[in-house]
Amino acid sequence: MCSYKKTEKSLLQRKIHDKFMVALLMISTIVVMTPLIIIVGYVVYNGIGAINADFFTQELGSPTRAIQGRPTGLVHTMVGTAVVDLLALIISAPVGIGAGIMLSEYPDHKLNPFLRIMNDTLNGMPAILKGLLAFAVIVKPMGSFSGLAGGVALAFVMIPIIARSTESALMNIPWSIREAGLAIGLPRWRVVLSTVIPAARTGLVTGFLIAFARAAGEAAPLLFTSFGNNYLPNHWTGMIFGPVDTLPQRLYSLAISPYKEWHSMGWAAGIVLLSFVIILFVISRLLTKQKH
Amino acid sequence: MVKEKNRAEKAISYKKPENNSHNILKLNSMSQLSDVRMETKKLSVQYGDHYGVKDVSIPVYNKQVTALIGPSGCGKTTFLRALNRMHELNRNIKVSGEVLLDGENIYGDKVNPVIIRRKIGMVFQKPTPFPIMSIFDNVVAGLKLTGTRDKRYLNEVCEKALSQAALFNEVKDRLNTPGGKLSGGQQQRLSIARALAIEPEVILMDEPTSSLDPLSSMKIEELINELKEKYSIVIVTHNMQQASRVSDTTAFFYMGELIEYDSTNKIFTNPENRKTENYITGKFG
Ligand SMILES: Nc1ncnc2c1ncn2[C@@H]1O[C@H](COP(=O)(O)OP(=O)(O)OP(=O)(O)O)[C@@H](O)[C@H]1O
Ligand SMILES: [Mg+2]
Repeated sequence: MCSYKKTEKSLLQRKIHDKFMVALLMISTIVVMTPLIIIVGYVVYNGIGAINADFFTQELGSPTRAIQGRPTGLVHTMVGTAVVDLLALIISAPVGIGAGIMLSEYPDHKLNPFLRIMNDTLNGMPAILKGLLAFAVIVKPMGSFSGLAGGVALAFVMIPIIARSTESALMNIPWSIREAGLAIGLPRWRVVLSTVIPAARTGLVTGFLIAFARAAGEAAPLLFTSFGNNYLPNHWTGMIFGPVDTLPQRLYSLAISPYKEWHSMGWAAGIVLLSFVIILFVISRLLTKQKH
Repeated sequence: MVKEKNRAEKAISYKKPENNSHNILKLNSMSQLSDVRMETKKLSVQYGDHYGVKDVSIPVYNKQVTALIGPSGCGKTTFLRALNRMHELNRNIKVSGEVLLDGENIYGDKVNPVIIRRKIGMVFQKPTPFPIMSIFDNVVAGLKLTGTRDKRYLNEVCEKALSQAALFNEVKDRLNTPGGKLSGGQQQRLSIARALAIEPEVILMDEPTSSLDPLSSMKIEELINELKEKYSIVIVTHNMQQASRVSDTTAFFYMGELIEYDSTNKIFTNPENRKTENYITGKFG
């Protein structure tokens, strides 16, 4: 009898305990979510007024345009961002994926410890230094700020992230799959290419998108690489080989400008950047979910 | 060791009467070795300091089935994997001794393991389909991914291999669905079909029927009987009846060592070694 009563009591205790823990988790979730909501809300509140047709179709030009209420916008910034981000993707994809494959599929290779240290160092390096690095290897020799230099700087941000996510996506594929490939007489590279990589494709794409979202929001590496430009270059070569505008860097320079008209455009640039990054994360979330 | 060698030699001279009568005639006129397809010589496999298999020397006869039996952990899988250089992926595993295929050491310096594995196919203990590849692509992967494009030929090979593996009727209407969506037993038969599709000369099978229902198991046994008309087969099995039904010679392993190797008939009726006898009569293992 006694023990029966005791169980009942402990059941009640456990229920209270459970409720308490759930409440605690709810509170922490709210604490985590609040800053995010405040940031998004504040950016939208301040920037929404500056979003209109001109914003997506006009160049920025000189500050007087905004002050005198003439048409002004950030079309050159969005085009420039697309060019620089695309360059970053093209440069970082083969290098990052290659390094990830190397680390995961050839763990015994002599060069791997070296590769791993390089990658970890690059990963931990402050973004501004990556900009400096790109400045030294591209801007200096070529004699000009350029979209290419910006792409290289962002690639330095993406490469270590892609390498790591590729490695872990491939490591998730059981070894038995590789052995099965070898056992039917496939060479090692063929096994990796045709059996391991397809099996890991969701993980690979997800990692890639996360790396892209990270890089797309970086301003520091772009300040002295792609530099910024108030106008759209006349020709696409001008965007690759000459200075070009990008969203994070433009946001920064609008924000530190002395004109309140530009401030609200800066907030609007923030909305575009935020939407872009959120879309990337949502896609990667959906892909990860699909896997299960 | 000397004793084991003697036994192995004895086994070489042994021929099962019923379906090998022509071999006996051949044996008298030709070298005995012509009937040995593969042979291990003092084959050892080390996991670090631990021997998975130690000093095993046995022949694998042409067009015969060799069964490997022994309690769990005795080294059957380890031995089998050494026969097609499957241990190579792991640097911590050391293989020593020789494995001869048609008299040539497959661990030789100039030997390409890819070629070896095309000649010596393998079915693993666990089913290993390529998960998102279609059933069709799974079966013909060994051909398609090495450059065979001829669609009609691939279709033929696929149907034949799946039929041999007793899977064709179950999957013929959904050859384009992913291999990973099949049941465990179906996946195992798919793995068998995939190994058959490349038409290896020697087939290594690691407990191929352990995840199959009795009917499918029987079909795989029939398949083995059929395949041995053309190929040599080495099969690991925990099922003593199966070993006695399908094999011509049997090797009994215990704690990484070869205890006894002889004709299946001899091993199951009158084994020389006490441990073998205890094992096959179910006293341990
Ligand atoms: N990758 C490995 N690393 C270290 N030791 C291993 C490894 N694989 C197997 N072993 C050891 O080698 C010995 C033989 O293992 P093996 O897998 O060959 O046994 P088995 O006869 O196939 O057993 P089972 O009938 O259970 O499949 C065991 O003692 C096992 O613990
Ligand atoms: Mg085993």
